[in-house]
Amino acid sequence: MNAATSVDPAAPAGSTAGLSKKRPLGDRTFQIVTLVAGLLVLVILVLIAFSTSQQASSWFTTEGIGGIFSKTWDTNKNQFGALAFIYGTAISSLIAVVLAVPVSLGIALLLTQVVPYRWARPIVYVIDLLAVVPSVVWGLWGVLVFAPWLLHIYTSVGSTLTGVPVLGSLFGPPVSGLSFFTAGIILAFMITPIVTSLSREVIATVPAIDREGAYALGATRLEMIRGVVLPHSQGGIVGAVLLGLGRAMGETIAVALVIGSSATITSHLLAPGYTMPAVIANEFGESTGEFKAALFGLAVLLFVFTIIINVVARAVVARSARRGRGA
Amino acid sequence: MTVLTGQHPKADLREPRSWRRAKNRIATVLMVLSFVLVIIPLGFVLFTVIAKGASIISWQFLTSSIPPSVLPANVGGLGPAVLGTLLITALATVIAVPLGILAAIYLNEYGGKGFLARFIGFMSDVMTGVPSIIMGLFIFTIWVLHFGYSGLAGALALGCLMLPVVIRSTYEMLRLVPDSLREGAYALGATKARVTVTVVLPAALGGIVSGALLAVARAAGETAPLLFTILGGTSTVNLNVFSGPNTALPLQIFSNASQPYVGAQARGWGAALALIAIAFILLIAARLVTARFSRYSR
Repeated sequence: MNAATSVDPAAPAGSTAGLSKKRPLGDRTFQIVTLVAGLLVLVILVLIAFSTSQQASSWFTTEGIGGIFSKTWDTNKNQFGALAFIYGTAISSLIAVVLAVPVSLGIALLLTQVVPYRWARPIVYVIDLLAVVPSVVWGLWGVLVFAPWLLHIYTSVGSTLTGVPVLGSLFGPPVSGLSFFTAGIILAFMITPIVTSLSREVIATVPAIDREGAYALGATRLEMIRGVVLPHSQGGIVGAVLLGLGRAMGETIAVALVIGSSATITSHLLAPGYTMPAVIANEFGESTGEFKAALFGLAVLLFVFTIIINVVARAVVARSARRGRGA
Repeated sequence: MTVLTGQHPKADLREPRSWRRAKNRIATVLMVLSFVLVIIPLGFVLFTVIAKGASIISWQFLTSSIPPSVLPANVGGLGPAVLGTLLITALATVIAVPLGILAAIYLNEYGGKGFLARFIGFMSDVMTGVPSIIMGLFIFTIWVLHFGYSGLAGALALGCLMLPVVIRSTYEMLRLVPDSLREGAYALGATKARVTVTVVLPAALGGIVSGALLAVARAAGETAPLLFTILGGTSTVNLNVFSGPNTALPLQIFSNASQPYVGAQARGWGAALALIAIAFILLIAARLVTARFSRYSR
């Protein structure tokens, strides 16, 4: 508005000499407001890192590197080693990824390469439904219905495999239905939607001309997928898997209910364990002093791990998306 | 195809049998099987929640105050939690959605290909991967330690979770708005802010709303961010979201899931059904908005 009124009517037509270069105040204010909203993301991330590390500082200083990565977690003796929780987080989310990735890839390929668009939509709706089932509902179902049912299977698997060299030490007789493996299965259900939708996006960027070329050479659909689709979307799929891993590591409530809450390091996958987010959720309310600092310390470690995984994953996805468009 | 076979009635166009074809068939079956593997647990969960939750859900359950865990299922209900979830989620939406839309406008309309905009966009994607429990601890340290537990603190934590999701979905929608619309508005002499607010945003509105609804649906079911911000444990309605502990459906499910009492577990299932119903209604609303929007744009 201001720009229009500041035009000098005496200036010759076609000349821009009378036009003010200054943009109106409202216009500039709006731009600044949007910039501030954008910067908020960075501010929040920095504040998260700063505020949680500050609360955890006494844990970091008293335990030192050796104490932080020690096995002993004894709240009565004020010994707070994080290793058992790091181990539990790693094992349960690895189980989840191993279970969820083949299934997610299968669905992504089904959606993009096999079924017609008309059928793909209802399948996507079902995956969306899976994505909005709240974590705590998975936990409730897991602890009251699924784990008791799994115990029967665990017991028969455990008794069959006892004495078998490697499998026996991984899947020995269970203590209860609550274990690393139960948590891994529940996590697999929860990360399947995100891994599916991300790999579907990546696979959708495979140029139709490459796929048609493979078909024209007489390839079957499977041969086309192995020869064209997978090599082309490799990077993006790795990124999707990493993002799924990050999700699984940070998942709290469902895991807190089904993992069995025991800070132990064991190769026995059917034994109860504990994860970093689960111990924070369960113990934070009752903790004080050094204990609380240790829980904040676990949160800092978890934050650092998930940030690293997410940065790497997003970078991989972005790189493969750029290459996909360029090809 | 029909023309071809008409001309050569004796030609056999079926695929010859071979190991390659068989492998292809097996792969297709495996893909379908992987979808079935996902439907089974989803169906199992939904069936259990509906079967166990439907018997307890009633107007009384949704409105009366929370009884002690030992009491049977027919006494009291989860009124405060239902109200808490609605209020806190609404407040989180009011906080996060406008900020997310503004940030997305910066990323797409102002920042463009510049370093800062790309960096913010990247970090916003990274932020979607920050575990929800960390958002809870974050708000606990910067808000609850100074101002105490409140519904607002819970809404701030949920808002932190929703913000990057809203940014991403809005950004994608703004990118789809054709430049010709912007140029048309510029040609009429409109300022950039005016073009954005009156031309670009309305054009992308359907997608923005449906993206926001999906973000709200996810946030409504979150438990971990609320644990340390609204505390839970209150058994009566707290209408004041700005002060005092509050409670929400996810917190009730979490505490009831580990209770040995039949009544408490039944209330947990009832809360789960109510929570899933809220999430699904939001999801369906998002779908309807998308469907309507895509009809307009065609």
